[in-house]
Amino acid sequence: MQSLIWLAIALPLASAAVLLLAGRRADAWGHWVGVAASGAAFLVGFFALIEMLGKPAEERALDTTLYTFIPGSDLQVDVGLLADPLSITFVLLITFVGTLIHVYSVAYMEHDKDRRRFFAYLNLFVAAMLLLVLADSYLLLFVGWEGVGLASYLLIGFWNHKPEYATAANKAFVVNRIGDIGLIIAMGIMFTTFGALDFATVGQLAGNASTTTLTAIGLALLLAACGKSAQFPLQSWLGDAMAGPTPVSALIHAATMVTAGVYLIVRSAPIFNGAPDAQVVVAIVGAITLTLGALIGMAKDDIKKALAASTMSQIGYMMLAAGLGPIGYAFAIFHLVTHGFFKAGMFLGAGSVMHAMNDQVDMRRFGALKGAMVVTWVTFGLGWLAILGVPPFSGFWSKDKIIESAFVGEGWQPWVFGLTALIGAGLTAFYMSRLFFMTFHGKARWTDEVHPHESPALMTVPMIILAVGSAFLGLFLAVGDRFSHFLEPVTGHVEHHEPVLPVPVIMAATLILVAAGAVFAWLKYGRAEVAEEAPAGSLATITARNDFFQDSVNRAVFQRPGQHVTRTLVYADAAIVDGAVNKQARGWASIGEASRKVQNGQVRSYAATMLVGLVIVVAVIVVGGL
Amino acid sequence: MNPMNYVILAAILFSIGSAAVLLRRNAIVAFMGVELMLNAANLALVAFSRIHGELNGQIMAFFVMVVAAAEVVVGLAIIIAVFRARQSISLDEPAELKG
Amino acid sequence: MVNEALFWIVAIITVTGSLSLLFARKGAHIAMSIVTVMCGLAAAYVGLGAPFLGVVQIVVYTGAVMMLFLFVLMLVGVDQRESLKETIKGQRWIALAGAGGIALLLISVIGRVTLYSPDEFTDGNPEEIALVLFSDYVLVIEVLAALLITAAVGALILTHVPRLVPKHSQVELAEARILAGADPVNKPMPGVYARHNALDVPALDPEGKPIEDSVSRVLEIRHQTQEGAEFRHQLADADNPDHDAQPSDAPPRDSHDRNPRQGKGESR
Repeated sequence: MQSLIWLAIALPLASAAVLLLAGRRADAWGHWVGVAASGAAFLVGFFALIEMLGKPAEERALDTTLYTFIPGSDLQVDVGLLADPLSITFVLLITFVGTLIHVYSVAYMEHDKDRRRFFAYLNLFVAAMLLLVLADSYLLLFVGWEGVGLASYLLIGFWNHKPEYATAANKAFVVNRIGDIGLIIAMGIMFTTFGALDFATVGQLAGNASTTTLTAIGLALLLAACGKSAQFPLQSWLGDAMAGPTPVSALIHAATMVTAGVYLIVRSAPIFNGAPDAQVVVAIVGAITLTLGALIGMAKDDIKKALAASTMSQIGYMMLAAGLGPIGYAFAIFHLVTHGFFKAGMFLGAGSVMHAMNDQVDMRRFGALKGAMVVTWVTFGLGWLAILGVPPFSGFWSKDKIIESAFVGEGWQPWVFGLTALIGAGLTAFYMSRLFFMTFHGKARWTDEVHPHESPALMTVPMIILAVGSAFLGLFLAVGDRFSHFLEPVTGHVEHHEPVLPVPVIMAATLILVAAGAVFAWLKYGRAEVAEEAPAGSLATITARNDFFQDSVNRAVFQRPGQHVTRTLVYADAAIVDGAVNKQARGWASIGEASRKVQNGQVRSYAATMLVGLVIVVAVIVVGGL
Repeated sequence: MNPMNYVILAAILFSIGSAAVLLRRNAIVAFMGVELMLNAANLALVAFSRIHGELNGQIMAFFVMVVAAAEVVVGLAIIIAVFRARQSISLDEPAELKG
Repeated sequence: MVNEALFWIVAIITVTGSLSLLFARKGAHIAMSIVTVMCGLAAAYVGLGAPFLGVVQIVVYTGAVMMLFLFVLMLVGVDQRESLKETIKGQRWIALAGAGGIALLLISVIGRVTLYSPDEFTDGNPEEIALVLFSDYVLVIEVLAALLITAAVGALILTHVPRLVPKHSQVELAEARILAGADPVNKPMPGVYARHNALDVPALDPEGKPIEDSVSRVLEIRHQTQEGAEFRHQLADADNPDHDAQPSDAPPRDSHDRNPRQGKGESR
């Protein structure tokens, strides 16, 4: 089944094509085709995993070349799929969570007349994302990379009849393009340096390249990762991306697509291992984003935007781990997997809440929903415990390891990264608890017309499965470092390093901070009254609520100067380039104007010209012949 | 007497014809100038035929006559057509080519 | 050798005839002058030992081409006089300089060459011409035949006027006129009841009044009619025998100041 892994891409792609081409005819059954395609892709991945587990660790990777994509003399790129532990992990995450979200969407989008189109886009996304993680070269990865960008754009703007949603889609698309430039630059440098773009060759030759080259490639790749994973400074699109339907937020903007940046960093491990400076930058970006996301999450009242900020922050954790080098790669992916489960679960929970509350998103008008929506409450609660990192839930196993690894190292780095990760855990606990308590506890602050009710089984069952995963997946994978060993062929074997602080101290400090954050949130949002209108708040709150004014900063730093440059260029073009051309043209025109008078339209003048010409010719012949 | 005198006569007739073409505004008269130029050429051809003592020059003159006949037919038809369209055969009136 | 007297006669005829192209004003005069030139040229051809060409010249040029020119002159109006005043600035001087220049150049070249000319010369009689024409030049003859046919068809097409409305028969025309309210009866002839049996005098009705319709409208517009009024007093004389009848051929006094004089002036 490992060699047939291309089926996992082909099936959703075919389904997307069928759904888009069949049109309204497929309205009645189209969504089930989408679910089946996604489920089939999961089965392909699952059997591939079983086949892979049957082999010894060194032989688990299988590179299948399908056909030659670019048959150049210098640049030859094959369409090849690389099924190794890392990509299979992603395949299973994408297809499993994806299938659950497909099922959920069947009910969630039931009243939307464009449900078929929605499923086509979801399938397209699944296919593109699988192509991204299964590609065996950067160029093919880029195809998938753009594919998920397209699917993301289409799905954010799915309700594009609202102008602000269409704007959000455009914003996501444009910001992602900036990251894409990074990936293209990285591919260009790779091609000139290594002469190839496939992971195997690049990985082999990376050892020989200079540190400067590797740092340049690494930073360009980081730019790409920042764009796709909404990391600082390209994080501004993720909050607006919540304009899409909630299942989209769960699948693309929480569980899978936004983690593509982390995948790219981990996949490019050979490059980053040779470029310590780039690694530090990756870790710094991760640290900044995790703090920034947490602070934004503390101030947001919109449940989806708070979750989006949390996603940003958690991916910051992963980036931090990926920036730590080989000791962090496995934990970055581990956290990515567990995060995929609990964050998707919570997003689906948020969708369920919105479903019950007439699509309201303001948490200040929620409260006391635990009675009305027991299943949602329980599943969301499990996700909440997981993201907090409460043992023995999933988040504990992955996040704690990241914090631990952040403390490993020498000099200033372990202290800065470790303490940032540690404090970030406390902040996470506060804002997630705030979100949880504001939504499900306290007094009901509902608007008059809402009557909360539990969602149908098609929605709750995926939530339950994801909640079970949130609860136990971490434990299952962490026992005996199962997952780390599984990934070892890709991430490399790492000797155990001692953190600068003893492990029990770090663990205790983490748990104390988490407990403090949760208790503080309970005191403020669980027991105390929550104002129905957002209070004015301090300067810090306003700053966080406005996403640290990232849009204004972007506008002031990039958009305005860009517009000025454009205007200057347009002026220069009109004045200098066009001016020169026009002057020249005017010169020719005046010559034409002058010579026009020769043509007076008189037949006899023309005849006279002919005769004079004849005289001249004959004269030349006669005089020349003398 | 030398037949070359006929060639000189032909040159004089030719220049008179060309002057007529340039100076007369009446299309028919200008056309007659063209005919005179053709006939001057014919005269030269016949004179050369006499000078060289062979018939090819006469044959050429004969062909020129035939072609001139065809030309006259078409040319006069054009003059008629122009006259129908403009009620005039002045060469100065059609000035559409004026730039 | 060629006859010198013939040459000078031909030269004078042709040059003077062709100068009419530059100085004559009427198209018909020019055409007739050119006919003379063509005849002179035909004589020159005969004198140069080409009697066949001389005959062809007369048949084709004087007989066909120049007559065609005359026809066209008639078609476009033979009365048109052309002003010789030059309208294009400098055209006259350019034309004269060009023509003079070409004449000078040609004559200077001709005067400089000496060509051997044989005394005995086979005349271009029709048999020999035909022998060359239909052996060496047979293909040219065929092509020229095609050219002539093409030219004829081309002239037909150029002068053809497509019929825009269906042709009316005489019956239809008459019916249309009656429908338009015309008098079905012929108009009275002019002057038949008068003592002057003339076209410019209206007929008189039984009461002795002139019938205006009996005189051609064209004459009325030209003011070349005689009014019927002058015959009133003749009628009155007939009624009163005591007056002497005036001589019939003397024009009435009151009509003197207008009609006859004007009519004479107009009609030349």
